[in-house]
Amino acid sequence: MTEVTSVSETRDAVRSGALSAVDACRAALERIESLDARLNAFNTVSADRALARAAEIDQDRSRVSAAPLAGVPIALKDNICTRGVRTTASSRILETFVPPYDATVVERLNGAGAVIVGKTNCDEFAMGSSNENSAFGPVRNPWALDRIPGGSSGGSAVAVAAAMTPLALGSDTGGSIRQPAAMCGIVGLKPTYGRVSRYGLLAFGSSLDQIGPFGRRARDCAIALGVIAGADKADSTSGARAVDDYEAALTGEIQGLRVGVPSRMLASGVDSDISRALSAALDVLRGRGATIVDIDLPHAKYAISVYYMVATAEASSNLARYDGVRYGLRSVEDDLGLMYARSREKGFGAEVKRRIMLGTYVLSAGYYDAYYLKAQQVRTLIRRDYDDAFREVDVVAMPTSPIPPFKIGEKTADPLQMYLADVFTVSANLAGLPAISVPCGFTQSSSPTRGGAGEGGLPIGLQFTGRAFDERTLLRVADAYERDTEWWKQQPPIAR
Amino acid sequence: MPEFTKEQVLAVAALANLELEPAEVELFARQLGDVLAHAEELRQIDTTGVSPTAYGVAPHTVDREDIVVPSLPIADVLANAPEGEQLPRDGGFFKVPRVIG
Repeated sequence: MTEVTSVSETRDAVRSGALSAVDACRAALERIESLDARLNAFNTVSADRALARAAEIDQDRSRVSAAPLAGVPIALKDNICTRGVRTTASSRILETFVPPYDATVVERLNGAGAVIVGKTNCDEFAMGSSNENSAFGPVRNPWALDRIPGGSSGGSAVAVAAAMTPLALGSDTGGSIRQPAAMCGIVGLKPTYGRVSRYGLLAFGSSLDQIGPFGRRARDCAIALGVIAGADKADSTSGARAVDDYEAALTGEIQGLRVGVPSRMLASGVDSDISRALSAALDVLRGRGATIVDIDLPHAKYAISVYYMVATAEASSNLARYDGVRYGLRSVEDDLGLMYARSREKGFGAEVKRRIMLGTYVLSAGYYDAYYLKAQQVRTLIRRDYDDAFREVDVVAMPTSPIPPFKIGEKTADPLQMYLADVFTVSANLAGLPAISVPCGFTQSSSPTRGGAGEGGLPIGLQFTGRAFDERTLLRVADAYERDTEWWKQQPPIAR
Repeated sequence: MPEFTKEQVLAVAALANLELEPAEVELFARQLGDVLAHAEELRQIDTTGVSPTAYGVAPHTVDREDIVVPSLPIADVLANAPEGEQLPRDGGFFKVPRVIG
């Protein structure tokens, strides 16, 4: 089996002719073939299309010789529309939906020479933090097959962590890129709201959703962001400002960088192994000349409550379009109202229904002011906390998740407990800010409740949040941290 | 915090066009009640005079030239229409149950 390597290595090898795009594609397809029966990371593998696309690239090397992702195999979360390839959002209601158009990010990836190999499993409509809410079964964590990989973009994280593809895209509404990246031991970047076009992303929370990359290294995410970022006429919320050269920002230089740590917020509720990993990571940054500054984000502790009002309200509105009329599952009835209600009952899973219900409730007459409007006001306070913090510091550091990956089925009976574990990721979405998760250690395998497959512990992620549109600094600090650590080099036993 | 009753669940389900099964009604009453009880913490926060945030990054008005651009081909769009004997894809329409008697 040919080794699947990093984005830059694959790209450079294809550009120089040392590796054909077809061979790179075959290597990815072979890895998927041999591993995915155990991991369930892919809903659809588009092998024939991918190989045909790779052959095109090999035949026209002059055209792709400067392409930033020449011949790089990539997996896409199954809520990103691909023309001619079914896009399900891991929902029964879209099980047979074949989009008549490509998402803007797909057009840009194609233009950059990437080869899309398939669509990855996720929580249904990106609603969840464990990838257990998929109509097509849970994705398994490659570090411990009885544990969750995180969610909602679990399949994309696993594709990269198990080296099935060097690159994947996910979407992040409340942590759905960063949290699975942390739990699978890879890098995941949620760009600033508006940095990447959402056109062709099946909408969940329209003021929160953002597409972003997963890679083994910060550099891989930098290259991918440079391709997918930028204004798009089809998404009026995409920002007009110029796209930076993210790869050039990876200088290793963080002398004098000010890193804020909200220590009061981290004082309780964080797993002890995760707290230790954060402290050790801050020492690494100090060693490179960064200054660690204690900051306060006084309203961040309310972010979960705000998020689950705002996100569900937006979801209830966005998911009204799934009514059995124009596409997707239809329950055939004589009455139009029954057709809507029964199509939705049969098509949606439990978590999606819960969130539609919650969102409908907080927007309904008599409750709007108490819940939805109040949540939007506290959202303002959360945003101001970050504005204040970024007058003092350049990035904010904290764990990505307060807990390590738990066992599949462990928390499904209690949605509130599951929601509370999103405490460190949701505020970046509420404030629109970019954030990245990088591998920073493993839980101790000696603990009886821990440990994956008897081979060391479970991955831990370190999160950096930055100023709006300052992905350069995030990627620079992530890359600098990587240079002094070996966590990113670790591979799960199943992938070796 | 008042409980989230089964009657409330049914009323919200009707607003959301969901026909729930009886077991779901009971389960959702408890689970949604838990989430709403937790969200009560927001009431402690003084938000007097605080404007609501709809988007984290300030939205900007976007204009474009008023130029006609091609839409998706109708046949491609209709290709996803739900299938079935009584649901033909031809004719350029989506077919639904009779609405007017």
